[in-house]
Amino acid sequence: MNAPLKLGLKQRYSLLTSGLDWTPSYQPFEKIYPYAEFEGIKIHDWSKWEDPFRLTMDAYWKFQAEKERKLYAVLDSFAQNNGQMNLSDVRYVNALKLFLTGVSPLEYQAHRGFAHVGRHVPGVGPRIAAQMQSLDELRHVQTQVHTLSHYNKFFDGFSEFRHMHDRVWYLSVPKSFFDDARTAGPFEYFIAIGFAFEYVLTNLLFVPFMSGAAYNGDLATVTFGFSAQSDESRHMTLGIEVIKFLLEQDPGNLPIVQKWVDKWFWRGHRVLGLVAMMMDYMLPKKIMSWREAWEIYFTEAGGSLFEDLARYGLKVPKYADVATAEADHLSHQNWATFYQYCHAAGFHTWLPSAEEMDWLSEKYPTTFDKYYRPRFEMWAEMEKEGKRFYNNALPQLCSVCQIPMVYTEHGDHGATSFRVSDYKGEKYHTCSDGCKDIFDGEPEKYSQAWLPVHQIFQGNCGGAGLEDVLKWYKLNLGADNLQQAGSPDQKLWDEWMAAKDKVAG
Amino acid sequence: MTIDIKTLKVEPRRNTFGHIARRLGADKPASRYEEATLDIQATDNFHYKPLWDTAHWHYDASRTAIRMQDWYVLRDPRQYYYASYNIARAGQYQATERNFDFVAKRGLLDGIEPEWRDTVGFYLLPLRHMEWAANMNSTNMCDRGYGTAVTAPCIFSAGDHLAMAQILGRVGLALDGNLGTSLQEAKTAWMEAPEWQGLRKLAEDSLVIEDWFEQMVAQNLVIDGLLYPLVYGAFDKAGQTRGGTGLSMLTEFMNDWFAEHSRWVDAVIKTAAAESAENKALLGQWCRHWLPVVKDAFAPLATRVLGAQQGAAALDEVCAALSKRAAALGLS
Repeated sequence: MNAPLKLGLKQRYSLLTSGLDWTPSYQPFEKIYPYAEFEGIKIHDWSKWEDPFRLTMDAYWKFQAEKERKLYAVLDSFAQNNGQMNLSDVRYVNALKLFLTGVSPLEYQAHRGFAHVGRHVPGVGPRIAAQMQSLDELRHVQTQVHTLSHYNKFFDGFSEFRHMHDRVWYLSVPKSFFDDARTAGPFEYFIAIGFAFEYVLTNLLFVPFMSGAAYNGDLATVTFGFSAQSDESRHMTLGIEVIKFLLEQDPGNLPIVQKWVDKWFWRGHRVLGLVAMMMDYMLPKKIMSWREAWEIYFTEAGGSLFEDLARYGLKVPKYADVATAEADHLSHQNWATFYQYCHAAGFHTWLPSAEEMDWLSEKYPTTFDKYYRPRFEMWAEMEKEGKRFYNNALPQLCSVCQIPMVYTEHGDHGATSFRVSDYKGEKYHTCSDGCKDIFDGEPEKYSQAWLPVHQIFQGNCGGAGLEDVLKWYKLNLGADNLQQAGSPDQKLWDEWMAAKDKVAG
Repeated sequence: MTIDIKTLKVEPRRNTFGHIARRLGADKPASRYEEATLDIQATDNFHYKPLWDTAHWHYDASRTAIRMQDWYVLRDPRQYYYASYNIARAGQYQATERNFDFVAKRGLLDGIEPEWRDTVGFYLLPLRHMEWAANMNSTNMCDRGYGTAVTAPCIFSAGDHLAMAQILGRVGLALDGNLGTSLQEAKTAWMEAPEWQGLRKLAEDSLVIEDWFEQMVAQNLVIDGLLYPLVYGAFDKAGQTRGGTGLSMLTEFMNDWFAEHSRWVDAVIKTAAAESAENKALLGQWCRHWLPVVKDAFAPLATRVLGAQQGAAALDEVCAALSKRAAALGLS
């Protein structure tokens, strides 16, 4: 026998993988791939798909197993050494509560969504890539649960993350975002999650949380972050490959894809408002401001991305300019909302200290002192007088992003931004032109939304009183909610720090 | 003498998450499998009906006729979560890798009798397409299934089938000196050879099974339950006398995998059957429907590999074993 031919990685991968598919003849193609065409996307030649990773399954297992061994060694060590005591401050833990209740369940949704795409996109290359991403996303939810399991042993607000995600008013913001993607067709899902979220916006979600962990002494979470980094890079690459592939395959795909990019950019931007307030208000040691992160990761990185995609005719997402201008307001308006409603939230809030307000003034020179400092100072006065302000009226929610209608008008920050659409004799309110466009594009879809405030008023959330609703949320009153000061978390932390000082002294 | 390192003692305020504690009956320490799996899938208050299936929610228990009071009783006896799954498979594949090296170094495939070598090319390599169908079916069960306890192992299974398709591809490359011609011939056989058409029809039919739990029975119990013992048992055994030992080393992964996979499949089907008389009847009906279909599909291949008489005997034997297994799971 002759010596075997030397195979390059690409050639070997292609031999082992690309021929696996066949053209069916015993069952019609449309029955095997029933969702391939209804979105109007046209693919002429799946074999033109260039697999960016060329990962065979055995290589996948090997890399991932190695990463898992290292990650779990760190998690075990963190737990054994009570690493939570080395945090910058206990307030930081609230960012993790937001992450576990709001973000980790989305990783699970991504896992199942990529399984759907990994079954239904015709084309063996993208199907395998989607299946691997489905596995990765399962990894992310499971490792996040394992990482934060240790925090749950000591702090409130983690314990009912799964129950809360399906019910609590502000968690319907991330949940409806992902439900929207999961219920879309396979190509829209690919663009929504693979491109708009993973590629354009992931640096604004993943990087702030993981850098926040690094800056605030959270060794467990930052190790998870490092460990997930190579998965995320793979997902980003897949996202960009998919959009290029769709645009190259047929000119008729461009308007469809553009509409999705516009929609998912705006929808993603709204969800990221939670990250904005986390960065500016919740991290005891701050990485950078939301405004700065937006400049770096959207304006600059996104700018060159869309320059690159311009050759396909794709434009910068609609309302990107509005999002950029509103970056000076977003975190302040969100934190102010949670401050008023933290009796109904699964984490604690506080007012920024004098030093923190100075930092905010410096980072937001055109807006903070003008619009937001006076409000926080007034609330601080009220706290001093023992009249801590809680808002007891239920807010109206946007029918698309489901955020309370607290945002101000683009260009007029004294007025609430408020839009109305009529659909089948009913009125639907939205918070912005971006959300109104999305509603008007698919009114049948958004008119179905499970809006938490509507549901409370309809009596579907445990009862009419606030306490009934909070019990239905499984929110442990007086522990999970209200102010940071006076919380069981704070009390425990103060005891630990006192004990540490005693030992050190 | 003992060494006593001094640390600050901190007492946990709780041991596990609320939903886990409710399942364990008390707040006590939970395993990583439990925390990674139980109740992880959303269950309530979905926002929109899927554009691709307006009759259901995207997570919807009514996508199968099987009814469970609690879908989280369908546990995985292997207790796989992502980390433990990947670490187990990476370890198993190391053995496969060593076997490929060993077989190449010793030139063990050169010892296969020429006629048997052709037979192997004919029966073994097209199975990569069967593996690919199994991969798609497993991915589909993960997509359409209900509850992480049963859906997470489905995506693991999908990965396993892809890996086995690629092992078969590597066997082909080992046989043809990395030219890939054997894989092209195998695909032609898959598409055209009469012995393969029943199996290709079976693969395509399995891809369009509407009820994902029926697909679980058809793929995981019946197709897998016949394929692995027949091919990596009976066919492989016939090759032992014809210089095929080296080949057995390359496909040993499949035997180990099948034994482990069956433990999970048995647990799922047995538990679902034990739930109610209706489930039991339905599962039995699916099994009775698919068993003769799959048997018929394999018959021409068994004849081609083992001859008419021995082929039929081998197929009867694996079918009898599967019937016994199904009976033990409560399926009549």
